[in-house]
Amino acid sequence: MQVVALEEAVAKIPEGARLLVGGFMGVGTPEGIVDEIVRQRKGGLTVIANDTAMPGVGVGKLIAANLVRKVVTSHIGLNPETQKKMLAGELEVKLVPQGTLVERLRAGGFGLGGILTPTGIGTVVQKDKPTVELDGRTFLVEAAMRGDVAIVQAFLSDYMGNLTYALTARNFNPIMAMAADTVIAEAEHVVPVGVIAPDHVATPATLVDYLVSHDR
Amino acid sequence: MDAEVIIAKRIARELSNGMLVNLGIGIPTLVANYVPKTVHVYFQSENGLIGTGPVPEAGMAQARLTDAGGKPVTALPGAATFDSAMSFGLIRGGHLDLTVLGGLQVDEGGHLANWMIPGKMVPGMGGAMDLVTGAKRVIVAMRHTAKNGSKVVRQLSLPPTSVRPIDLLVTELAVIAFPGGRATLRETGPGVTVETVLKNTEATLVVPDKVPAMDLEAA
Repeated sequence: MQVVALEEAVAKIPEGARLLVGGFMGVGTPEGIVDEIVRQRKGGLTVIANDTAMPGVGVGKLIAANLVRKVVTSHIGLNPETQKKMLAGELEVKLVPQGTLVERLRAGGFGLGGILTPTGIGTVVQKDKPTVELDGRTFLVEAAMRGDVAIVQAFLSDYMGNLTYALTARNFNPIMAMAADTVIAEAEHVVPVGVIAPDHVATPATLVDYLVSHDR
Repeated sequence: MDAEVIIAKRIARELSNGMLVNLGIGIPTLVANYVPKTVHVYFQSENGLIGTGPVPEAGMAQARLTDAGGKPVTALPGAATFDSAMSFGLIRGGHLDLTVLGGLQVDEGGHLANWMIPGKMVPGMGGAMDLVTGAKRVIVAMRHTAKNGSKVVRQLSLPPTSVRPIDLLVTELAVIAFPGGRATLRETGPGVTVETVLKNTEATLVVPDKVPAMDLEAA
């Protein structure tokens, strides 16, 4: 783990990266990192995130800045800009049921090839996907998913990069921190080692490559 | 009484002590306003909270404590927070006693469409497909009709949310259950006749000899 300046952390994100973005309707999204991605104009991104938030918030900023080529997400309903760009053919949108999205990412981070889920059977989600029968039930085979880079927001990080999350700002963050080659964490507060008890570490420091402090 | 209040009050009567309940946006959210004082349930927000409380008082909102729409909520004593994998593990894993969801259409077999209108409205399914597939019990709260006719249809014309049939449909006109995969009229709305229900329903409805009126008062 390296503590780096925000500019330097974002410079590590390649153009056209598969980018995992933590957060749920912007809550728990590392806004400092998002703003810097916009400032550095990192384009051609494939963004994987729960939702595209609202205009001016979280992933919504990346959409508005035309930095996203494709988004894999469960919900775009609160961001009219996503829908407009999708209908205009400027943005590819792949809709995935929320529980399937998080579990595909979890599988990606946990070294599994995919998951078997009943969700989506008999709906448009099933299209072109294999099914399997187990114990008399039918499951959809959904492939694991990973990112090149994950950007996550933590409430606390200690100096070593152990992370904890707060309330509903946790959401996809700890899952995504397992599922990318490079993990950049933005902590609202950086605290001395030991302040976060071992039992309370949600993302161990070994998973974090770069840490930027929200306080800066 | 307002149609949405009728629906919310009737569904509130389906709640019982200790249940874990997930309410969708729209009419389902109103159900929380009519839970009897003697009934204690846990509300889940799928963004990672059990014990969701009312909207905070002015000045008391906490940016990291929100509902699934991103709006500030409170957490009641005994609340728990967790990540999205756990949240959907609760939903798919059979740990969620009840979900109440809005609907665009319900067909006579109890199948629900509630997540998109092709070419018009494509918000994404969010957690709806997992909720309908995984919850122990699924209740749909919706108005009986829309501008273009009945929302209780013979066959879905909109993309289904799940192949799993819902357990109960509550509209301002009727309570409908689906025993053996057949839409069956259980109750009529306040001041509503069976004829009115039938006139506003496209689906074939099984009508028992006796159909009581909805009881909207808490037991």
